[in-house]
Amino acid sequence: MILSEFIDFDTLRLIWWVLLGVLLIGFALTDGFDMGVGALLPFVAKTDVERRVVINTIGPVWEGNQVWFILGGGAIFAAWPPLYAVSFSGFYLAMFAILAALIVRPVAFKYRSKREDPTWRTRWDWALFCGGAVPATLFGVAVGNVLLGVPFYLTPDLMPMYDGNFATKFLGLLRPFALLAGIVSMSMLLMHGAAWLSVKTEGVIKDRARRIGSIAGLVAAAGYALGGVWLAIGIDGYALASEPVTDGPSNPLYSQVIRGGSWLVAYSDRPWIWVAPIMGFAGIALAVLGLRAGREVTTLLFSKMAILGIISSVGLVMFPFILPSNVAPDSSLTVWDASSSHQTLFTMLVATAIFLPLILMYTAWVYRVLWGKVTEDDVTDNAETLY
Amino acid sequence: MDFDIVDLSRLQFALTAMYHFLFVPLTLGLSILVAIMETVYVMTNRPIWRQMTKFWGTLFGINFVLGVATGITMEFQFGMNWSYYSHYVGDVFGAPLAIEGLMAFFMEATFVGLFFFGWDKLSKVAHMIVAWLVAIGSNFSALWILIANGWMVNPVGAEFNPDTMRMEMTSFFDVVFNEVAQAKFVHTVSAGYVTAAIFVLGVSALYLLWDRHHELARRSIAVASSFGLAAALSVVVLGDESGYSASHTQKMKLAAIEAMWETHPAPAPFTLIGVPDRAARETHYAIEIPYVMGLIGTRSLTEVIPGINQLEEESVQYIRDGIIAYDALMTIREKRDETPDEIRATFDIYSEHLGYALLLKKYVDDPREATEEQILMAAEDTIPGVWPLFWAFRIMVVLGFTFIAVMLFFFVRANFYGMRFPRWSLYGAVAVIPAPWIAAEMGWIVAEYGRQPWTVDSVLPTALSASHLTVMDLLITIAGFILFYTILFVIEVRLMVKYIRKGPTQDVEESEDWMRRHKARLQSMPGEPTASATPAE
Repeated sequence: MILSEFIDFDTLRLIWWVLLGVLLIGFALTDGFDMGVGALLPFVAKTDVERRVVINTIGPVWEGNQVWFILGGGAIFAAWPPLYAVSFSGFYLAMFAILAALIVRPVAFKYRSKREDPTWRTRWDWALFCGGAVPATLFGVAVGNVLLGVPFYLTPDLMPMYDGNFATKFLGLLRPFALLAGIVSMSMLLMHGAAWLSVKTEGVIKDRARRIGSIAGLVAAAGYALGGVWLAIGIDGYALASEPVTDGPSNPLYSQVIRGGSWLVAYSDRPWIWVAPIMGFAGIALAVLGLRAGREVTTLLFSKMAILGIISSVGLVMFPFILPSNVAPDSSLTVWDASSSHQTLFTMLVATAIFLPLILMYTAWVYRVLWGKVTEDDVTDNAETLY
Repeated sequence: MDFDIVDLSRLQFALTAMYHFLFVPLTLGLSILVAIMETVYVMTNRPIWRQMTKFWGTLFGINFVLGVATGITMEFQFGMNWSYYSHYVGDVFGAPLAIEGLMAFFMEATFVGLFFFGWDKLSKVAHMIVAWLVAIGSNFSALWILIANGWMVNPVGAEFNPDTMRMEMTSFFDVVFNEVAQAKFVHTVSAGYVTAAIFVLGVSALYLLWDRHHELARRSIAVASSFGLAAALSVVVLGDESGYSASHTQKMKLAAIEAMWETHPAPAPFTLIGVPDRAARETHYAIEIPYVMGLIGTRSLTEVIPGINQLEEESVQYIRDGIIAYDALMTIREKRDETPDEIRATFDIYSEHLGYALLLKKYVDDPREATEEQILMAAEDTIPGVWPLFWAFRIMVVLGFTFIAVMLFFFVRANFYGMRFPRWSLYGAVAVIPAPWIAAEMGWIVAEYGRQPWTVDSVLPTALSASHLTVMDLLITIAGFILFYTILFVIEVRLMVKYIRKGPTQDVEESEDWMRRHKARLQSMPGEPTASATPAE
């Protein structure tokens, strides 16, 4: 088709790299507070009414928020097929754990308050806790592993292969640096969930959320800083050894990659990317101050800024790498050799340009309709219709 | 025991996909029925319709959530268990999946929360629009999924790129307007409408048998039977359309469904029942109706439908062509830009059958070294399992016609006999509740099992598509899914039963009040002596 020639292949690849980030960050900003709230549930709410208040702050929106994750999966499949093929099969059991958590979570929302039995409800509360805490941690662990490099290689047929058996593959993901990344993502989303609760609740729940949230923010900042130091002194980066063909065919084996040096050289090559970690630290600091001062909407915005900064710093520092391989660096996936074809990227861009603004518009409208605090009276008055 | 990675991966996919499809059809249909009921409420302002919307909406919600939860698995399963498939066709197959998220699922999931939580926050008309957006979102969702699925059967609008070792999209338009996908879409959503109609009909019949909620039950039957009748007719008509398109896009599947071993002179007979015997290559005790197959499959009296044996012989030739393409591909891959033009030309001629050479990978690493015996084995592999297809198809068809009969009966009784339903028919309506689910699962068996040995017909064999996982990986996840899904299924069914038993509660006073005021008119209804009389005889 001639239309696709309007945008160069390499430009399309860059746009889709940015869109990949937009989708992942969109997921972390929206479903992130759902996961944070789920993980906070047993600690900020003690009685059944309190728990129902907390659950109903996210009750009407979690379903839409979760679609960011589904859409992220679909967009990776469509725009970065090799990434989709390698990462989900490579992180097989970790993905299964995330899926299990994400399957249980919707059911827990819907079914928890459909019976009076306290044992029934407590069980679902723990399901909600796991549904929030497990993915919140594992996504971080996965990002940590991506920075370290993942043990896969591609055959000449471009079939993804992995070394090791199931135990080494799953436990192999739990490397110290990856665990640190898990702690960062977990505490970051706890802070985000607490910021959400301080907007949507009042009284004792809000106070508990503010207290836990500010501690979580400090942990996230410390972990993020430690991770930066670790990357500077203890972890090898990856670099292209051959001149990238930015509009060449998507075959990762056509380029040479070396392991060594540091990811952080990106900061001297492209100094403007300092903006990402600065946003990360400043966002956390302002969100923590906001939580302590009892500010509501601004705290949520600063928390969002922190997440935006932290996630984009990972993407920016790795550019052009998307998924490096530590056993066969030449198999590493980069922006220039792991995308869909020119035609598909263009088609998908048109679809995104039409529908993403629509999504943002109606999502904003739904949030506006649902604006306002959820109170204990709301829950007791609408016991039948609410979660 | 000796486990095979590919078989375990197939088992897992079949399990999770069939489980997912327990919830999808009801979501597709019930979302529309609920939106229709709410529209009637907005137009007439009668509280009984609000009560109906809320009651069926509650059951919709219990079902919807499991559809969403199990759908998450589907979105990621291709990458997890079918990584070579994902690489090989992701450029084409991924696009409709992503657009499904962008256009349909986002809308459906965002508004479903507002549907349940927005009763007091929205005006009546706005709430009705929300209900329709949920319904439209669900149905568009099905459209894009079936475009992706239809492409696996009839891979149009794409070609193989030797540089990237995968299929790449050449025409998005062809992928979207794939005739197989369009027929599948209407057939599948209609099946969903039938499922919801049968469900609403059955539960309403139960209330009439229990002598409860007459107002809600009779109106629900009226809505469900007219909606269901149209849908049941559409399922069969579009099923026939699928059969017609199968006669030129999926010849082997069609021959296997019919257990048609030999090519018959046109027009071929339709085998009503029989016992297919693969070893003997014949169907024992077959009862045949002359001409019917030829008419359904080709809509002509002269066109010939090839039999299994003939198609297998054709496969042998395709495999030989595929080996030529594979040989050219290896040269292209080695020499890249310096490849001689004639090799490229050879590849272009034979690349259509490259997939057939890949069938040999099951037996030999390099298809060029395949023995004559291996080629014949690979050709035999192109025949899917005949008896499961033969029987699954027949069960589906019989159920399809049963639904037309059920819907027609209730439609006539509801509209021309003053809503009076004989007791036996109410028992029948309850008994038939599980049938649409059985029909839908049979339909998927025909569609997917019938595509074997391919994941993408004539392009990529199933045996090559799976991820290189370990048996332990697969056993852990299969056990996990079975455990999870069983628990969730038990909980779901128990909640459904609980809420059906409980029946509608809200607004019921208002609605009785309305009945008192309109008693006179109800009493004058034909064939209905008093408003309080039990419609069940």
